[in-house]
Amino acid sequence: MTHSYLLEVGVEEMPAHVVTKSIAQLHQRVANFLKEERIDFAQIQEFATPRRLALLISGLADKQPDVDEEVKGPAKKIALDADGNWTKAAQGFTRGQGVSVDDIEFKAVKGVEYVFVNKHVAGQPVAKVLAKLPDVITAMNFPTLMKWGSFNLQFIRPIRWLVSLLDDQVVPFSILNVTAGRTTQGHRFLGHAIDIATATDYEAALKADFVIADQAKRKALIQEQIHALVAEHDWVLDEDLELLEEVNNLVEWPTAFAGAFDEKYLVLPEEVLITSMRDNQRFFCVRDHAGKLLPHFISVRNGNRDHLDNVIKGNERVLVPRLEDAKFFYEEDQKLSIDQYVARLSKVSFHDQISSMAEKMARTGALAQALGHQLGLSEAELADLQRASAIYKFDLTTQMVGEFAELQGIMGEIYANLAGEKPAVAAAVREHYLPIAAEGDLPTTKLGALLAIADKLDSIYSFFAVGLIPSGSNDPYALRRQAAGIMRILVAQGWHLPILTFQAQAAQAVANLDLRYDYTKNAAQVRTFLLDRIKQFLSDEHLRHDVIDAATDTKVADPVNIVAAAQLLADHQADAGFKDQIEALTRVIRIAQKAPADLPTTVDPAKFVNPSETALHTAVAALAKQADQLSLADLFAKLTALADVITAYFTENMIMDKDEAVKNNRLAQLTLLADLTGRLGNLDQLIVK
Amino acid sequence: MAKKMTVQEIIFTLEKYWADQGCMLMQAYDNEKGAGTMSPYTFLRAIGPEPWNAAYVEPSRRPADGRYGENPNRLYQHHQFQVLMKPSPANIQELYLGSLRELGIEPLEHDIRFVEDNWENPSMGCAGVGWEVWLDGMEVTQFTYFQVVGELQMDPVAAEVTYGLERLAEYIQNVNSVYDLEWSDGVLYGDIFKEPEYEHSKYAFEESNQDMLLADFDNFESEAKRLIKLGLIHPAYDYVLKCSHTFNLLDARGAVSVTERAGYLHRIRIMAKMIAKAFVEERRKLGFPLIHDEQQRQATVEKYTQAAEKAAARAAKQAKKGEK
Repeated sequence: MTHSYLLEVGVEEMPAHVVTKSIAQLHQRVANFLKEERIDFAQIQEFATPRRLALLISGLADKQPDVDEEVKGPAKKIALDADGNWTKAAQGFTRGQGVSVDDIEFKAVKGVEYVFVNKHVAGQPVAKVLAKLPDVITAMNFPTLMKWGSFNLQFIRPIRWLVSLLDDQVVPFSILNVTAGRTTQGHRFLGHAIDIATATDYEAALKADFVIADQAKRKALIQEQIHALVAEHDWVLDEDLELLEEVNNLVEWPTAFAGAFDEKYLVLPEEVLITSMRDNQRFFCVRDHAGKLLPHFISVRNGNRDHLDNVIKGNERVLVPRLEDAKFFYEEDQKLSIDQYVARLSKVSFHDQISSMAEKMARTGALAQALGHQLGLSEAELADLQRASAIYKFDLTTQMVGEFAELQGIMGEIYANLAGEKPAVAAAVREHYLPIAAEGDLPTTKLGALLAIADKLDSIYSFFAVGLIPSGSNDPYALRRQAAGIMRILVAQGWHLPILTFQAQAAQAVANLDLRYDYTKNAAQVRTFLLDRIKQFLSDEHLRHDVIDAATDTKVADPVNIVAAAQLLADHQADAGFKDQIEALTRVIRIAQKAPADLPTTVDPAKFVNPSETALHTAVAALAKQADQLSLADLFAKLTALADVITAYFTENMIMDKDEAVKNNRLAQLTLLADLTGRLGNLDQLIVK
Repeated sequence: MAKKMTVQEIIFTLEKYWADQGCMLMQAYDNEKGAGTMSPYTFLRAIGPEPWNAAYVEPSRRPADGRYGENPNRLYQHHQFQVLMKPSPANIQELYLGSLRELGIEPLEHDIRFVEDNWENPSMGCAGVGWEVWLDGMEVTQFTYFQVVGELQMDPVAAEVTYGLERLAEYIQNVNSVYDLEWSDGVLYGDIFKEPEYEHSKYAFEESNQDMLLADFDNFESEAKRLIKLGLIHPAYDYVLKCSHTFNLLDARGAVSVTERAGYLHRIRIMAKMIAKAFVEERRKLGFPLIHDEQQRQATVEKYTQAAEKAAARAAKQAKKGEK
């Protein structure tokens, strides 16, 4: 017979964003626990609300299977004394295993005889195993932890009740002062304490007490309610799955309702209205069929329809002071010019050890121009870039951004457009912040992308220069995210820029800006830091580690080239001839490393002894001539095609010839070839088997 | 329909309710401060092993939030109703909801939510975990389990419940401007506070004497540090509060750059940390008299005394090393 088991951890309201992850975590931990404990089960069903994490395990075995284990003891010569009697060692061993010396057998292990016994271990009943669950629960991890009362346990929120029910029987255990039983809690206001008769009753019992415990069902119900409201009013909903997920984890018994605000606030930019409604109040926004935002919203109450009018009125009221403030700021902000806002930036600190925000913009502008020239931007584009970099932080000193910090950049674009800046300049003001998350949107305009790169590079150079270098989990200025952002932008734009060696040039570009610190200080660390982000980028693309190591062990300064080389190697790593080709090339690389650093890399055909030298020389010379024009793929094809020529070369020639001139000539030849392979990274890092 | 509660009736009701739950009714602390948390009845008493249950109204000054009495919801000075219970009782949420019922807010007629909001006051070295409580979408209460105060880990943990009295009263009286709130029968909030709001805003934004304030900060700081050395914890703390308010005035005036801001906050934090440590030590020397269970009291004193001796030995060793 199999069993059902219900585990419920009742807590004070968890943060909405941890609920889904936490139930998945508990599920995983309990499944692992049961596996380790050798308790079979058919299925685990998850339930989660802000106040509870619960699992219903079905098809649970009665007990652990019995096992017969063979246990190895002391060596025979230790187990028996000279007279052939059992020694104390043998007796102690068998006693420890719960058997007698009569059960001993001898078996040879690597030619030596050892004592072995067969031990029968009876499986534990399932209830006894489940009683160990407190350790599984208290081992959980959460993004924020807290203590409460006089206890020392760190958990997401205080644990207030526990349900542990095997079919209709309580499996007793406790955590801190909470003893597990069969009593759960219904909805905080609509419900009451309820006793669960048997584990499988859980979902229905809670539903009768105003809790929809199944996350997916609750979410579907919210969606259904919202869509009904939308249909009723003939609105178009701003679908927002992230918000839906959050709202779903703020309620146990959802009731969606519609509210309204005064039309006069529609003069505000949509982003401001959306921030006020969505981010501050968790409201869903609605539009008309032309896509225009409407002065209505949809929200979800944690309760039923009783007294819903109070709730609607209250929610409508909350919005008014926010929108009133925003409208005031919006009108006030437009009374000053962008240049007036920019002027204030000299008094806004970027970082006390680095500079003001105005100085930061000047440096970014210089970097952006240098990069723009390299990319061959037109004079008009460079001029727009100049304007964008001269103003791009101006909105920080507006009242709106002062109040709604999350609108930085967004308000910048809106105000810049209102002030008659070119749309490209205005867009760059907004886009320079991108990406704002690991997988966040990237800038879509050329100017925005370039400004974003320049701004981030300047931050990295500056923070490193004053010694504020990320270490371990300590990265307060999010420099890793910024560097990763640079890589993603470069790849997305396909821009070939020598970012890894750009710092010296950047220092020249900012030379006349009167910096308080040495812009190139810790440049070596900056390079490593940037290379690490490329490695991370490639790792996120699931490339093999040796491929990543090979491509990033390089003198190439252009991240896009490094990424392309890695992808190229990854694409070919399964080719039939790959192993032989790479072995031939790495042999060249290894021997070339033995060449003295000051060896001239000119090859003198007059010193050739064997025809294979001429063959390689001709091939390498031809390749070297074209190398700059070749795509990486073509270069790789031509290099790997040399495998036979290289093999013949090594077969016929002793590189370390006794004749110094011949030896150096050959080393020079191999160095030339090795340098060509260096465009792909260090192939010697590839693992070929 | 019953007459709406006045602000003072709301205060009475909360005081009566929390007194019934075992809280001592303290009075507002007579020193300027930005929040009820900074009262010694919270900041100091949250620290250390002794139980502490207190409730009080705290007028809280935030100069930068002043709006010349023109904004219906922003104030130079607002009022907090502060409850602190240590150790945090298991039913603290239910106790809080009970207080709303006393105020005529029946949860079934509204939408009440506990929305994650972790609290931090870096200048006092404080951090906690908790929620803002939403009443039909409006934040009316901050609810916090203190985890760190004055950079000391809490053991046991205190729960703090802070009601924004003006917000709550606006909701209860159904008015849209704080100035329209009825404080007592026939006297409006505006009658009492509108002029002071204007004058304080005018002062904080336009008229404050920056040179004097800058000098004050330095003076208050050295006085606080001197008093800490003398073991005069409470007067020292008064000067820390003065530093904090002086900084807030300078900040409102725009006299503090973003750069310097961090520096000032750091200076206040250093003092708050020293005071927190010294306060526990002072209570230990008194034998933690608020622990009424004698056995537990002695065990706690023993534990803290051993820790203090270890710390002293470590310090002596360090000092010796320093001499070498």
